[in-house]
Amino acid sequence: MTSSAAQDHSESAPAFIEMLGISKHFGGVRALNNVDFSIRPGEVHCLAGENGCGKSTLIKILAGVYAPDGGEIMVDGQAHAHLTPAASQRAGVQIIYQDLSLFPNLSVAENIVFRRHLEHPGRVVRWRGIAAQAKGVMSRLGVDLPLGEAVGRLPIAARQLVAILRALAAEARLVVMDEPTASLTHHEIDALLQNVDVLKGHGIATVFVSHKLEEVMRIAERVTVLRDGQKVGTFAAGEIDRYHLSELMTGHKYTSSLKPAYSGTADPILEVHGLTRRGQYEGVSMAVRPGEILGITGRLGSGRTELALSLFGMNPPDSGEIRVKGKPVRLKTNRAAVRAGIGYVSEDRLSLGLVMPQSIADNIVVSVLNKLTGPLGLIDGARRRNTIDQWLGELHIRTKSADQPVQQLSGGNQQRVVLAKWLATSPSILILDSPTVGVDVGAKDGIYQIIAGLAGRGMAIILISDEVEEVLHQSHRILVMLGGQITASFHPATVTEKELREVISA
Amino acid sequence: MPKYLRAAFHRHDVQIGSIVLIMGAFFAALSPGFLTLSNIGDLLENYSVMAIMAAGLLVVLISGGIDISFEAIAAVSQFLVAVILVQFGGNWFIAFGLAGLFGALLGAVNALLIYYLGAISVIVTISTMTFYFSVLMFVTQGKSIYNLPNWFTTDVSFLSIPFPVIVAALSLLVTLILLSRLPIGRQIYGLGGNPEGAKRMGCNILGLQCLAYGYSGFMAAIGGIVQAHRVEEVVPYALIGRELDVLAAVVLGGASLSGGIGTVSGTVLGILLLAVLQNGLTLLGVSSYAFGVVTGAVILVSVTATAYTAKRQLRGMRHAA
Ligand SMILES: Nc1ncnc2c1ncn2[C@@H]1O[C@H](COP(=O)(O)OP(=O)(O)O)[C@@H](O)[C@H]1O
Ligand SMILES: [Mg+2]
Repeated sequence: MTSSAAQDHSESAPAFIEMLGISKHFGGVRALNNVDFSIRPGEVHCLAGENGCGKSTLIKILAGVYAPDGGEIMVDGQAHAHLTPAASQRAGVQIIYQDLSLFPNLSVAENIVFRRHLEHPGRVVRWRGIAAQAKGVMSRLGVDLPLGEAVGRLPIAARQLVAILRALAAEARLVVMDEPTASLTHHEIDALLQNVDVLKGHGIATVFVSHKLEEVMRIAERVTVLRDGQKVGTFAAGEIDRYHLSELMTGHKYTSSLKPAYSGTADPILEVHGLTRRGQYEGVSMAVRPGEILGITGRLGSGRTELALSLFGMNPPDSGEIRVKGKPVRLKTNRAAVRAGIGYVSEDRLSLGLVMPQSIADNIVVSVLNKLTGPLGLIDGARRRNTIDQWLGELHIRTKSADQPVQQLSGGNQQRVVLAKWLATSPSILILDSPTVGVDVGAKDGIYQIIAGLAGRGMAIILISDEVEEVLHQSHRILVMLGGQITASFHPATVTEKELREVISA
Repeated sequence: MPKYLRAAFHRHDVQIGSIVLIMGAFFAALSPGFLTLSNIGDLLENYSVMAIMAAGLLVVLISGGIDISFEAIAAVSQFLVAVILVQFGGNWFIAFGLAGLFGALLGAVNALLIYYLGAISVIVTISTMTFYFSVLMFVTQGKSIYNLPNWFTTDVSFLSIPFPVIVAALSLLVTLILLSRLPIGRQIYGLGGNPEGAKRMGCNILGLQCLAYGYSGFMAAIGGIVQAHRVEEVVPYALIGRELDVLAAVVLGGASLSGGIGTVSGTVLGILLLAVLQNGLTLLGVSSYAFGVVTGAVILVSVTATAYTAKRQLRGMRHAA
């Protein structure tokens, strides 16, 4: 679609919802400043911007959760100073939050029509009626899910579908999805985007909140970009490309690749021969050299995370050999791996990497406490302080105080704290599993810089990621895993993004 | 329950039901006194108070909380009602009505504390249990009430079904209707399954919690009255210490300590299981301490299972992420 086509569209169709001059403060924080946002009937509109730019706040004002400090909201041409949650829902606005807010213990059918229980609290529950209503909603979306299955047993993508069906059952005219794809695979994202199409077919508008540029560009008809609580602009999707969009979101330009030059002559520091763990991966052989960034990519379930866990001693292989600096090692525990000089930053920093309620400082030093002890075996406060300060500085962790709980930091800063924790153990091999998941475009760049810096100093890096661009631009060599085996190996210069994508989903 | 909802809970019911039958057959073979009409009648009557209280506790567990204070609430309500009946006389309606009122109010206090303090239910209800019980002991000085009215202590039965069994059956029936037929009951399942989701959906969380804890208090107090009727006296400390037996029965019946899951049918089977086990062991002359070991083990196993499942779910989520 071109910008002029978008223009025509806007002139012929009056906006369903128009938010004008919306401002919102939280204490001293100006979350939104004079933001305009309009949604046309049936359109797919992306709301893009870095973490903390105010996307969720804008959505919550639309949902009636927050009242704006200034501005007005027009629904079908009717002005409101603010909406109540009930008024917003009556107008047909349905929000699907990132966690989906479903009831895992209840059946698909009951989840879809749960609102009945609130709207008719005095009516006896008729199970047949619930099943019939849920079935009706499913047929509108043209999908078929097991009505009686507990939602908690469904795969994530099906749960997302249940959330959409629930919105549909509530007579939605606008479905807002706040960061819906964070936990989905590429395949599942495809399915989701198809459902957005179906909604569109029913004349239901979708607002898609995301900071994943690829998706934004795939489905949006229009994109509204926020930065620091201000609106940068609304663009027809055809007007801008991904690089332009990332500039709009962050306000500065990017070099696409940051990796240092690498010649590849040194002896491998880590070698793996015929490593197998039944049901997870099979016959994996590879090597990584000091200063090299080895990218491993593959779909979810391809065995990449399991392999990484094995290299870190948390998932012992059934057979095969691991050599560090030429010597065979047996990594039966993660402590053995740390002793062998291996560090591991998990895919899910929330459950493996960080103790969220504890302070930044404690998280950084937790794995090196034994190195910080003084003569009596007690922690030497000064050395603890030094270690913490060193890494806060080196990784540019922006914080008011190192005693702040980690859970209050942004995704990008949390990821830096995990890195600091591992770097404090001075590893010679660092495994990074999906290091930029849930991290903004701008903050991603900072993490790439850190990775490049570590490789430049001679650390061997294994970079696991399902983001194709990431491995393509940030690594020196790329291995593709599929069904537990390494199926291809590339040098980034010899392969395009498209080719790589095809190999991964072969 | 409709076909498509049954599946999720069916399996557990069948498992527990089979265990009950197998154990029953075992005890019947070993002890001729087990499978007699009088023993079974006694069994039902002996466990009716537990069943009434379990019905209330089940609702709290489904809502995602736990109630440790219900026996203390029962003891306090029992005492208050006994004093009133002795002073002013009354009838069964007044006895049950007042007990239910006191129990519901004392239970609702739990809900208010949990909601407004944001404290976890186990801490709050242990505190209120201690407080209610201490006040009761202070006021009564541990003295029992023996001079209950005649109508209150006289055995009644209907179609030769003892009165306590009838009250228990009614309590379970009312709970069944609440949980599977009333929208508010379904909201309690929702609250237990995903509190944040229930809030966003617009459920009245305070209201639902007041209902759950109030209901638990209500049922406990009804159970307290039935217990006083059976033993023909009110002993302030008679009920204290049985909390975990009731909890074990409900959890054995498939209710989850992490909320959102549990059924009346499962609870009935859980009680039957404990009843058959205890009765059988007694008939076989096994020490009554063995029963304590069993209930302790049940709670231990179910807590472990809950923690294990939670851990596995977390793993599953991690792999999905
Ligand atoms: N309830 C709140 N209280 C205080 N500050 C908030 C609250 N909600 C959001 N903020 C702040 O407002 C800004 C915008 O946040 P948010 O709308 O959540 O951003 P986004 O969804 O784009 O990541 C952030 O600086 C955030 O810290
Ligand atoms: Mg947000």
